[in-house]
Amino acid sequence: MALVAVNDLHKSFGDLEVLKGIDLEIEAGEVVSVIGRSGSGKSTFLRCLNQLEHHDWGTIHLADQRLDGGAMSPGELSQNVGMVFQSFNLFPHKTVIENVMLAPVVVKQTPRAEARQIAEQMLDKVGMLEKIDAYPAQLSGGQQQRVAIARALAMQPKVLLCDEVTSALDPELVGEVLHVLESLAAEGMTLILVTHEMKFARDVSHRVVFMHHGHIHEAGDPQTLFTQPKTPELSQFIASIL
Amino acid sequence: MTDFTLWDIVRNLLLAGRWTVVLSLIAFAGGACVGLMLTLLRMGGLWPIRWLVRLYVDLFQGTPLLMQLFLAYFGAAVLGFDISAWTAASVALTLFTSAFLCDIWRGCVEAVPSGQWQAARVLGLNYLQSMRHVILPQALRLAVPPTVGFSVQVIKGTALASVIGFVELTKAGTMLNNAAFAPFTIFALVALGYFILCYPLSRYARYLERKLYGAGSR
Amino acid sequence: MTLDFSTLLPYTDEILKGLMTTVWLTVVTTFVGIALAIVVAYVRDGGRGIASRLLGAYVEVTRNTPFIVQLFFLFFGLPALGVPISATVAALLAMVLNLGAYTAEILRAGIDSTARGQHEAARALGLSRLQSFRHVVLVPAFSRVYPSLISQCIIVMLGSAVVSQISVFDLTYAANFIQSRNFRGFEVYLVVTLIYLLLAVGLRLAFEFVGRRLFAFLQGGSS
Ligand SMILES: Nc1ncnc2c1ncn2[C@@H]1O[C@H](COP(=O)(O)OP(=O)(O)OP(=O)(O)O)[C@@H](O)[C@H]1O
Ligand SMILES: [Mg+2]
Repeated sequence: MALVAVNDLHKSFGDLEVLKGIDLEIEAGEVVSVIGRSGSGKSTFLRCLNQLEHHDWGTIHLADQRLDGGAMSPGELSQNVGMVFQSFNLFPHKTVIENVMLAPVVVKQTPRAEARQIAEQMLDKVGMLEKIDAYPAQLSGGQQQRVAIARALAMQPKVLLCDEVTSALDPELVGEVLHVLESLAAEGMTLILVTHEMKFARDVSHRVVFMHHGHIHEAGDPQTLFTQPKTPELSQFIASIL
Repeated sequence: MTDFTLWDIVRNLLLAGRWTVVLSLIAFAGGACVGLMLTLLRMGGLWPIRWLVRLYVDLFQGTPLLMQLFLAYFGAAVLGFDISAWTAASVALTLFTSAFLCDIWRGCVEAVPSGQWQAARVLGLNYLQSMRHVILPQALRLAVPPTVGFSVQVIKGTALASVIGFVELTKAGTMLNNAAFAPFTIFALVALGYFILCYPLSRYARYLERKLYGAGSR
Repeated sequence: MTLDFSTLLPYTDEILKGLMTTVWLTVVTTFVGIALAIVVAYVRDGGRGIASRLLGAYVEVTRNTPFIVQLFFLFFGLPALGVPISATVAALLAMVLNLGAYTAEILRAGIDSTARGQHEAARALGLSRLQSFRHVVLVPAFSRVYPSLISQCIIVMLGSAVVSQISVFDLTYAANFIQSRNFRGFEVYLVVTLIYLLLAVGLRLAFEFVGRRLFAFLQGGSS
């Protein structure tokens, strides 16, 4: 059975139907890139997966457990699904280590010493160990985003959601963040990424999902999808970004 | 001691309340005139003048209004005038108001982008002309909400005139209480009187502010 | 016109006593008032329930009536209802309620300007509303409105001069006391006014000192 199973997911904002029935299964350790035009519903889909947005219809299961519709408390959710945002959203008044330790201590009630150990481990993973006592304002965008990844990982989620995590970065800082994601993928972390980095989607992900007007229009392994798109919409999309 | 009906109390408070309104109007009108002059001096004058205006504002903002009232009252006596509580309260509240309005308005003038000054200067307008035709009209728009908001502080400030013996709403309340001894009712009614005067102004100030800066927050 | 300050000298003890009262009233009010404001802001941020509405009414009534009337209402009104209250307690209560209402409103502006991303990050990490308020929202909100908060505390300190009217021996009470003995009203009030001015400056400096430490995170640049 798949780790993540999404079934007939629908979501509207008022009259605007943004997700029109999404079905998707993701295996443990799989890296899935979600691509598509602006407004096609990529972020909304991701935000439904950790219930930042409540969908109108359909189900989401994680490791056979119902995740949506209030079946999981926010605390449980955050230990199953982590999220990294485009705009980092680090807490400005907390140092790097405090940012990473906050949720384990407050939500999970992990003892501080243990939480600190986990936090250091995660910060090491993203190469931010030496900036442990810095405040977010003292870091570059790339460094902030790496801390944000460590912060999400500290809850030891089963899946990590990344919504355009490199879009707010200066071009020269994109590499360091993608590098971290690549190593996470290599470790076997399950990743769902919305991205505009097509090279990254092609090289790192196991599967690419093309969303169009609230549907999954086309999906498959990256090589085939990018070189032999089946639908004119995907060909157009690929042409438009090259 | 006679018995007071609720209506007696209300009627007496209403009569005294007129003086709260009059004193507020005097303080606000007077304060606006002095405040405007101060603002112009603060924005344009030579540095010693600007410095003096700033000192004036800091002094009034950094000391209790009650002390300002006492000083006006006793200061006049030192200067050889025997002034009434009425005059002392008017003078003190006018100066108090002028200092706060000057500070508010300076902020509004400074909030007009400096490019506007430069554009006016390039067109050959002098300081007063730039002020009058370019800066003030824009600053005025910004100034209205906080000015209306401050009028609430002026009304509440007039309550302190009771301490130097001027009979307005608060003083009437204490006097009535001495006679009728119904403190809960009387001071609740006094508070209600101020609330009726102040709350609409507060609401209006908030409405104006929201209109000016768009419907950002609740 | 002659000014004579020497007649004040015998009364330094009274002035010191009054000064101490004004200072401790201010310090206690600052801490308790801000704590009250945090609670009020949290409840009011939570929605439109009955508690939120009641606290909203408290804030509006306090902001739209004079402090002296609030003081009289508490000091004269509560005993009449059978709740005995000393002048000092009435003064402290009035000051705390006053600062609490204004600060709650100031704080609300800071809370409202919290970026949406901050709320979302907190939620994604599983924080509850209270946890998010306490650990994520509060400190940055304070830092954004800190200048207004300083001004408000100074306003309440200066406004506390009015507690002399219910015979609390504060700085203004000392001035009135001396004035009634030496009949040098102007000199006495001038000196006491200057002391208030120094208190206001001192309070501001203390707040700024604390603020620099509390909001160290605002200092950007590389570490
Ligand atoms: N909270 C909301 N309220 C109303 N409409 C929304 C909301 N969030 C998203 N939408 C709308 O839903 C549609 C899909 O938005 P979504 O953010 O999922 O797109 P996206 O594929 O992530 O686009 P992008 O590449 O620009 O990030 C858009 O038309 C957007 O305007
Ligand atoms: Mg998006």
